[in-house]
Amino acid sequence: MAYARDLESIRRLIASHKRWDLIFACCGVLALMVGMLTFTALFIDMAIDGVPRLNWDFFTNFPSRHAARAGILSAWVGSCLVMLVTAFVAVPLGVGAGLYLEEYAPKNWVTDVIEINITNLAGVPSIVYGLLALGLFVYQFGFGQSILSAGLTLALLILPVVIVATREAIRSIPVGIREGAYALGATQWQVCKDHIVPYSSAGILTGIIIGMARAIGETAPIITIGALTFIAFLPPSPIKAEPPFISFDWLTSPFTVMPIQMFNWTSRPEAAFLQNAAAAGFVLVLMTLAMNGLAIWLRYRLRKNIKW
Amino acid sequence: MAAVAIAAAVEGRAGQSSATAVPKAEARKLSFYYGAFRALSELDLVVHENRVTALIGPSGCGKSTFLRCFNRMHDLYPGNRYEGEIRLYPDDTNLLAPGVDPIEVRMRLSMVFQKPNPFPKSIFENVAYGLRVRGERSGRAIADKVEAALRGAALWDEVKDRLRELAFNLSGGQQQRLCIARALATDPEILLFDEPTSSLDPIATASIEELIADLKKTVTILIVTHNMQQAARVSDYTAYMYLGKLIEFGRTDELFIKPKNKQTEDYITGRFG
Repeated sequence: MAYARDLESIRRLIASHKRWDLIFACCGVLALMVGMLTFTALFIDMAIDGVPRLNWDFFTNFPSRHAARAGILSAWVGSCLVMLVTAFVAVPLGVGAGLYLEEYAPKNWVTDVIEINITNLAGVPSIVYGLLALGLFVYQFGFGQSILSAGLTLALLILPVVIVATREAIRSIPVGIREGAYALGATQWQVCKDHIVPYSSAGILTGIIIGMARAIGETAPIITIGALTFIAFLPPSPIKAEPPFISFDWLTSPFTVMPIQMFNWTSRPEAAFLQNAAAAGFVLVLMTLAMNGLAIWLRYRLRKNIKW
Repeated sequence: MAAVAIAAAVEGRAGQSSATAVPKAEARKLSFYYGAFRALSELDLVVHENRVTALIGPSGCGKSTFLRCFNRMHDLYPGNRYEGEIRLYPDDTNLLAPGVDPIEVRMRLSMVFQKPNPFPKSIFENVAYGLRVRGERSGRAIADKVEAALRGAALWDEVKDRLRELAFNLSGGQQQRLCIARALATDPEILLFDEPTSSLDPIATASIEELIADLKKTVTILIVTHNMQQAARVSDYTAYMYLGKLIEFGRTDELFIKPKNKQTEDYITGRFG
């Protein structure tokens, strides 16, 4: 008798099979915990060091030689402005490219090569983007070590993420919806603007925000293009009192960003600066978590009306 | 048993089509290729104006492929090729001619799909979309058309107070009638149905069939169905297809009661398929 026939042995067999369920579940939880606990431990450690340092002045002070008076004003303003440029560049380029590849491009070997390349670009080390930007934006185009150069660099960096997210979101739209629109006599552009983009906006936005959350913490490419580590002034205000009221001078201003400010403080010998670094790190992690939270909330809001 | 039921369905129909039927469209030696695979071979078929023509046959016989030639849906995918003609009357345009824009063809012929496919928009916007595509801007004109189309699809009374609600909140049968209204709103010359009731329950199916019988007063209908009783109930003409070929075409009562072809007879009596 090669297999279990009577009830007793069947039960024994099931029990022994189920043991594997338990073993795998334990391994899985363990694997999960390694990641979760490490992050939690790091975050708590940083919070313990940094939170006592957090107060209003920390956000409104420029960096200083005195650890107790140093703040992150120029860093967080710089991060926000750089992110603004990144978003303005990466969103239209990424969404446009993704939409074109998915809806317009003929399916042939050229688009296959492009597709593979985009996936590969997402894996290129960020320092390489920094080198590229140093040569191209800083020197070739003469943008200098400015907010504009940094924003463009980070936009390039997250472009693959935005393209891939756009394509995934578009692909999740059922064929029936697309055909339904075409059957009414819509052109490709009408189908894209009235259906494809609105129905995939949740996925696209999520991709954008996750890309931005990655970009805000990037240090290497920003250092490569030459962000300053000690900046005791703010870029010129984008809003002016006199006409034309809007100024773009801030684009060419020198800057620093949160991770660079942190990096600078951790390389100082005094312990008080390490505390500052922990506090800045805490703020940076909160910024990233807030962006991811926003992504989840937006996806939930926008997907509420769409169930395929 | 099936054959008896079909015969009863055919004979039980009141007011069979009056004598003169004018051709509305005509397939001539129509062949269709998915890449190198020949899915349809030299079909000839006349679609009569204000009549219901049904395409029946076992799965994979090419009936949906044939239907989708009429509004050039195959143009959406690469590697597809037509041969032959589909003439649309009275202007005698060859819908498959290379110079004819598929978008123009789709503006003249509407389609209702197998699975209800409303857009994730409001009920009103679903019906209005075809008009918006055609550049209609007047809100008044759109509202009138939407109401007329929803009445035409026997849905108005059920949705008139919830036009701004999401179309997904409707039941399956209502969604399919909404798709019919969407197709009707642009006054198509031919309405193409691709197994419109295959995902619906019997009650919703009955209401769609009733609607089709009603609609032929104003529009020419070509319907694909896998259900022979349905073909017998709703159509005036029936075409039996098998392996990409048209085996027999004729008046529904004649085809179901006295099929000329042995293959057709085997299929409709349930000996095959």
